[in-house]
Amino acid sequence: MVDQTSPELVTLERLAADFAGRGRDALLPALWAVQTAYGYIGPEAVRVLSQTLDIPEADIYGVIGFYSMFYDRPAGRTIIRVCTSPSCGLAGADRALHTLCDRLGTVPGGTTPDGQYTVEQTTCLGLCEHAPAALVSRQGAGEQQYAPIDIDAILAGQPGHHNGVIGSMTRVLLRDLPTDRAQTLAEYGEYVALQRALSDLMPEEVIAKIEASGLVGRGGAAFPTGLKWSFTRRAPGTPHYVVCNADESEPGTFKDRVLLEIRPHLLLEGLAICAYAIGAEQAYIFIRGEYPLATERLQQAIAEAEAAGYLGENILGSGFSLHVEVRRGAGAYICGEETALFEAIEGKRGYPRIKPPFPTTHGLFGKPTVINNVETLCKVPGIINRGGRWFRQWGTDLSTGIKLVAVSGHVQRPGVYEIPLGVTLRHVLEALCGGVVGELQAVLMGGAAGTFLRPEEIDVRLTFEDLRAIGSTLGSGAIMVFNDTVDLRDVLRRIGEFFQHESCGKCYPCQLGTQRQKEILDRLATPLPGDRQRLADIGQTMTESSLCGLGQTAAAAVLSAMRQWPELFPA
Amino acid sequence: MAEPASTVTLTIDGQSVTVPANTTILEAARSIGVDIPTICAHDATTPRGLCRLCVVDINRGRLLQPACIVPCQDGMVVETANERVRTSRRTILEMLHSAVDLSQAPAIQRYMAEYGADPQRFPEGRRREHPVLDDNAFYIRDYNKCVMCWRCMQVCAEDAQYIFALSIDARGFSSHITTAFDIPMPESTCVFCGQCVGVCPTNALKPKIEWGLEQGLSPDQIRETSRGMRRRQKPIRVE
Repeated sequence: MVDQTSPELVTLERLAADFAGRGRDALLPALWAVQTAYGYIGPEAVRVLSQTLDIPEADIYGVIGFYSMFYDRPAGRTIIRVCTSPSCGLAGADRALHTLCDRLGTVPGGTTPDGQYTVEQTTCLGLCEHAPAALVSRQGAGEQQYAPIDIDAILAGQPGHHNGVIGSMTRVLLRDLPTDRAQTLAEYGEYVALQRALSDLMPEEVIAKIEASGLVGRGGAAFPTGLKWSFTRRAPGTPHYVVCNADESEPGTFKDRVLLEIRPHLLLEGLAICAYAIGAEQAYIFIRGEYPLATERLQQAIAEAEAAGYLGENILGSGFSLHVEVRRGAGAYICGEETALFEAIEGKRGYPRIKPPFPTTHGLFGKPTVINNVETLCKVPGIINRGGRWFRQWGTDLSTGIKLVAVSGHVQRPGVYEIPLGVTLRHVLEALCGGVVGELQAVLMGGAAGTFLRPEEIDVRLTFEDLRAIGSTLGSGAIMVFNDTVDLRDVLRRIGEFFQHESCGKCYPCQLGTQRQKEILDRLATPLPGDRQRLADIGQTMTESSLCGLGQTAAAAVLSAMRQWPELFPA
Repeated sequence: MAEPASTVTLTIDGQSVTVPANTTILEAARSIGVDIPTICAHDATTPRGLCRLCVVDINRGRLLQPACIVPCQDGMVVETANERVRTSRRTILEMLHSAVDLSQAPAIQRYMAEYGADPQRFPEGRRREHPVLDDNAFYIRDYNKCVMCWRCMQVCAEDAQYIFALSIDARGFSSHITTAFDIPMPESTCVFCGQCVGVCPTNALKPKIEWGLEQGLSPDQIRETSRGMRRRQKPIRVE
């Protein structure tokens, strides 16, 4: 217990004063401030924040417990998280984890006796093309990414680094860019599409252009973007909000990270056009806590855009104003689910809401909201400048335009590639990525919630409809490649671990099913009689009865592996 | 905008039924004697659709839907107990039984029998294990029996008392009901209204006297164990 005059309490109160007068939605930013300053959020901090923000202490404690990057008791002054998701697993993450622990004299999940280091195993840091990856939090300084992991650099306190690896067939989103820094506003140029929208187009005309392009959401659900915007524009109630979902957190998915890191102005211009179209003056970009570099670059870009008059009050003299706020997640995959993301911004545990009602009418703070993925918004400026027909020059009637794919695992050049929809998976693997390393065994399409393909299926065209026709999915564009040295049971075990770790626990099928699924996947090599049917029943129950998309897809990869390689699952 | 129809007509398990608009499928089914099992639902709490035991098949859709939430609509064809529905319910019950002590949850045990749920279906599954919490004079908390229906937390918060003594810690299978920093109840904002005990479906929350008698203690012994567990007094302050 800290007495009334302790220096710690005084500092806490000073820190909390920055958030005074704000509502519950200031909770995550306030918790981040305490977490970064003290390395944990203890009872005194919770008491002060409870009084400052008028939130019950139990509620704040519940929020801390939900997010894996918040600690309610002291951990090491430096917290090192090593990713052991499939792509990092292939690249030796387990070995790196154990080497690190041996050097520090601790175990995964443990803290060194001097309180300097905590080492944790984590599931996916979104750096799959540089596997194996680590994320380091330093008290007082915040987060840094190391990819590939460099134990000496981490322990020496040297700054982390990673560059983007990009390639482009169509050169729309990714072209002639430096990959080691963000494009500046001077390099990006004027926000021409925003200027055009504000001076020449009514909001309805902006939406009509997006509809004409056939653009569908690039986060995985592929909902028509123009339709979403028109629903929200027409929805009664004010204010309207735009939210950018930059919380990609699924193993194998990292294309939004690259866009955020190297083309932040493209996103901001798309976001501003969307806000104008749907009548919003406030926008939020919710970015996962594991992406400190992207967060920093985005904040710099916002400052540049505000200074140039592209964001803020009365943009370009049009009378239209837009305020953009970046919100950091704190380690919860579920917050990529749109309604859970709203809850996180609102300062709550990131539980998904029951739909309907949908965000277009009842979104953030219960108000009409457009929530779009980073890549989706990055497509908007081009469509406004050059029109829907331009965008439709690529792709098929049902899958128009271009798409980013994130390729990791056993290819010569893992990275983010921009493709016209409709090229084959073989083209991506062989022409763009330089071929498979070794003999191809399997491709996991669409990330951990996706489905496995066999080598003979890689001539499939990458479109929503072609993949659906063979029972697969494009999802957000994650492509994980496994050669014949890989034990697919090990991949499945890591996927099971991911979903077990990331289930929010709200509904029973997912809360219980991800745990039981993981246990069975852990023992695939030495199964109990009946495990195959258990997995099938758990999978069906989670898929059909879970409350949200996480639970509904938590068995997708497992069920597809059962179809493709039944021999891996003895009855 | 046209006035919404005041009644809707749908089919539940082959029976046509007409109900007021905004009636849930659960209510409509009960009105014609079709029983749909529920765990988390309670008349006093806002439906959250957590347990998914009440899922039904609507128009043979891709997903099953929670009957406690979804309102009836004209022309719906609802199947409350087909094979898909029964598989989900049975599997949920089996997984729940493998994780939680349901020995004092007779309603759930009845469902187990009704859906042919095998209590040994998940033989080596991790269980939720917590020490029994005996930290106040009024009730004990045995979270080994907790099914995470949220009712206690809901009545402690906006559904009744606005006391906010309870929250959930951790996530997924590990998530559990607790107080801020797991402090004993007398140190929390709890006012010992008893609402949480009243809505608990599994006896995870139980009046201390009842629990003590089950342990073979006499009323005097029970009183003795509660000595020193009075609510922390806050100093009276005169402004």
